[in-house]
Amino acid sequence: MSGTSTYVPKSALGKWFESRLPIIGLVHSSFVAYPTPRNLNYLWTFGAILSFMLAAQIVTGVILAMHYVPQANLAFDSVEHIMRDVNYGWLLRYLHSNGASMFFFAVYAHIFRGIYYGSYKAPREVLWILGVIIYLLMMATAFMGYVLPWGQMSFWGATVITNLFSAIPLVGKSIATWLWGGYAVGDPTLNRFFSLHYLLPFMIAGVVVLHVWALHVVGQNNPDGVEVKNVARDTVAFTPYATLKDVFGLAVFLIVYAWFVFYIPNYLGDADNYIKANPLQTPARIVPEWYLLPFYAILRAIPNKLLGVIALFSAIALLAFLPWLDTSPVRSAKYRPVFRVFFWAFVAVCLGLGWLGSQEITDAYVLAARILAICYFAFFLVVLPLLGLLETTRPLPPSIADAVLARTKGGSANVAVGPAEKSAV
Amino acid sequence: MIRLRTIALASAALLGFAAFAPAGFAANEQPSPPPANEAKQGASQPTPPTEAGEEQPSPTRQSWSFSGLFGTYDQAQLQRGFKVYHDVCANCHSLSIPFRTLSDPTGPGFSDAQVKALAATYQVTDTEPNDKGEYAKRPGRPSDLIPGPYPNPEAAAAALGKAPPDMSTLVKARKYERGFPWFIFDALPFDQYQEVGADYVYAVLNGYTKADDLNWNLYYPGHKIAMPKPLSDGQVDYTDGTPTTVAQYARDVVSFLYWASEPTLVERKKIGMRVMVFLIVLSALLYFTKKRVWEKAH
Amino acid sequence: MARPRRASACRPRREEKRLGVHLSGEATVDQSRRDFLFIATGAAAAVAAGATVWPLIDQMNPDASTLALSSTEIDLGAVPEGQILTVKWRGKPVFVRHRTKKEIEEAQNTPLNELRDPQSDAQRVKKPEWLIVIGVCTHLGCIPLGHQGKYDGWFCPCHGSVYDTSGRIRQGPAPANLEVPEYAFLSDSKVRIG
Repeated sequence: MSGTSTYVPKSALGKWFESRLPIIGLVHSSFVAYPTPRNLNYLWTFGAILSFMLAAQIVTGVILAMHYVPQANLAFDSVEHIMRDVNYGWLLRYLHSNGASMFFFAVYAHIFRGIYYGSYKAPREVLWILGVIIYLLMMATAFMGYVLPWGQMSFWGATVITNLFSAIPLVGKSIATWLWGGYAVGDPTLNRFFSLHYLLPFMIAGVVVLHVWALHVVGQNNPDGVEVKNVARDTVAFTPYATLKDVFGLAVFLIVYAWFVFYIPNYLGDADNYIKANPLQTPARIVPEWYLLPFYAILRAIPNKLLGVIALFSAIALLAFLPWLDTSPVRSAKYRPVFRVFFWAFVAVCLGLGWLGSQEITDAYVLAARILAICYFAFFLVVLPLLGLLETTRPLPPSIADAVLARTKGGSANVAVGPAEKSAV
Repeated sequence: MIRLRTIALASAALLGFAAFAPAGFAANEQPSPPPANEAKQGASQPTPPTEAGEEQPSPTRQSWSFSGLFGTYDQAQLQRGFKVYHDVCANCHSLSIPFRTLSDPTGPGFSDAQVKALAATYQVTDTEPNDKGEYAKRPGRPSDLIPGPYPNPEAAAAALGKAPPDMSTLVKARKYERGFPWFIFDALPFDQYQEVGADYVYAVLNGYTKADDLNWNLYYPGHKIAMPKPLSDGQVDYTDGTPTTVAQYARDVVSFLYWASEPTLVERKKIGMRVMVFLIVLSALLYFTKKRVWEKAH
Repeated sequence: MARPRRASACRPRREEKRLGVHLSGEATVDQSRRDFLFIATGAAAAVAAGATVWPLIDQMNPDASTLALSSTEIDLGAVPEGQILTVKWRGKPVFVRHRTKKEIEEAQNTPLNELRDPQSDAQRVKKPEWLIVIGVCTHLGCIPLGHQGKYDGWFCPCHGSVYDTSGRIRQGPAPANLEVPEYAFLSDSKVRIG
């Protein structure tokens, strides 16, 4: 995916094959020889972790589908059958349900890393937008997956989310009916959600290929946000350097994943989802999975049905416009002292919204959610555009190699970056 | 520039406060009243307001044999718990698990002969018609689900006013709010708290504190519970000398129900320990390998 | 943004090699320690992959609820002489044939050298009047029809295999006799299969 391959097969068979289908050369140039900036930190391993999680979710999901029954009367019991009777069924199901959470945990680390280091800026706008598309597909997939066990939270979550579409003027009700395949969430809904839940991950995989392709065309951003100038000095080969770092990062990530699966498998789930769906009784409180909570809080903060839905979707859609909302020519927050503060404030806002999304609606919570929702939108629509014009940034290092040298020498003034660093401090 | 930064810092601090202030207020609202049972006390919990605006104490954290990194089920306790279920709960509640699982060696561990004899005391309707086209009744077999007291929830509701929930996932389907910041500590190693459902059910079984109102429960949200006080002292005979008190019955039956909802817990924790140790070793090896290789890059 | 990839062509070959390959010509002590580290890491990763694969495979084996159904009890009182009762056992039909005197004699008097899969009738039944066989043709899994064919045993409509009154293959493509399942008489009129 990174231009002309320099791979030369050694064996005769290899040469024969490569001249007919140069796939080994493609892999070699993309994942072996591909130059990666030498200053990448461990936040950059989340790309590999996400690829792993996608594969893990597809594998465990395909297996669960061998035992699961997408039928309203049987779905709940078939999940219990998986948990109790199928060989290692409990393991596969907990891997899959907690895997969704780990997937989102990794994708949030990946997204916030991108925001912090300005990875969306030119020439990486398309790369970024492809990422936003993946994120959207992930949310759709996760939502439909959550419906499949057909517990109380599955059913009522599906009811609430599909009702969002009924907010659309004129055609809203028809769209909701169309989504349900009936007059309410029911058997047809479950069936189509199962079908789409099976389909979407493969669409995600397709967009991931485009995402990686776009990445390999423009090259990776890096913590210093300066482009590679001299490949020999500024980069290391993907294999073994980045590969090993990624695998180490993945192994540490798997420790956390395993902790959830084996010791607190139901921690992130909702107790109500162990009650079979009952269309005649709503649970005391409907809470989406944790990774959707901030958006849910924004929805609830607005007292108008249509406006709430618009706010919800624009909160996600805004991400796609980040490359143009952020007017600063400097990428990395390392060299943007004011942006850095706003960034962490933004993280706090998202966490705060997440917390509020899980709480019962009282006047105090609604007020807090409104303040934070305004902050959320202000970050994109006010802070980022203005900051680029007003902020005084610190001088950038002349090259990645210089930045690395400055750090390994303890930031003393004896390297090329010295004077610049000094004046900034 | 400096001023801009100050403004940013101040607004960030404000945002942070706004984000967590409601949480903080909720967590400090009231101290939890002392528990009404004799259980060992765990960490104290905050008491969130209920939906009805009424308040009730949070259940107390109990110590269970199946909690923690190496938790397992206590076989004698599960057998006692099954007896309580069989003699008391089963009069109204169904428990949709197969008889055969009662011989699970990490669970109640009844012998195959005991399970077969138990299953035969139930009448089961075949799921497929016989050669006369009838759905025949026959004595139960270990492979059958334990039949409930009512053929369906509607029948139960007609007889009792409200259908009692099935007990096969009951303990996993119950919880109480832990609130910020306790819910974070609950996820961490060495204090992982995954038995909120068990503690809640245990608290409810011990929460009938008004002698004149058998449908009043200290721990049930809103206090009005459809299930009248189910347990009383000496109601179920224990043959192993265990005290026949409500608290002990509750402890045993909750343990049994925890097993019923999570029968693979022992296997899960055993495999989990191996996986964790292995992954930590693998990570260490990878770390040093990575370091070795990267030495060449500088 | 230039295309830096072109230059990667001149990166030292050794960096592109896989783990365990020398990265530079250093002192041999350090080298062997490094090789050990690389091998240990690689081996651990391989073990991890292997251990992960097993649950993914084992989940396709029969589950606990399927295994629990592996035996079934049949009341023989309802089967008159000359009739065949078909019962479902492990998802397959089992033929329980109450044989007539004539059928028993035919089965018992067949010389073994006429058989493709030689087995005496006594080897195939526990009580001569009751023949219990799995009703699946040993050719390609079809279900043979009872009281048909030249030997009045079974005839398989798929490819024309003919079985006698002891369920032994006599003509056609099937290679073996109808399989006898594990069974036991619990009483004179009750048999447990499996």
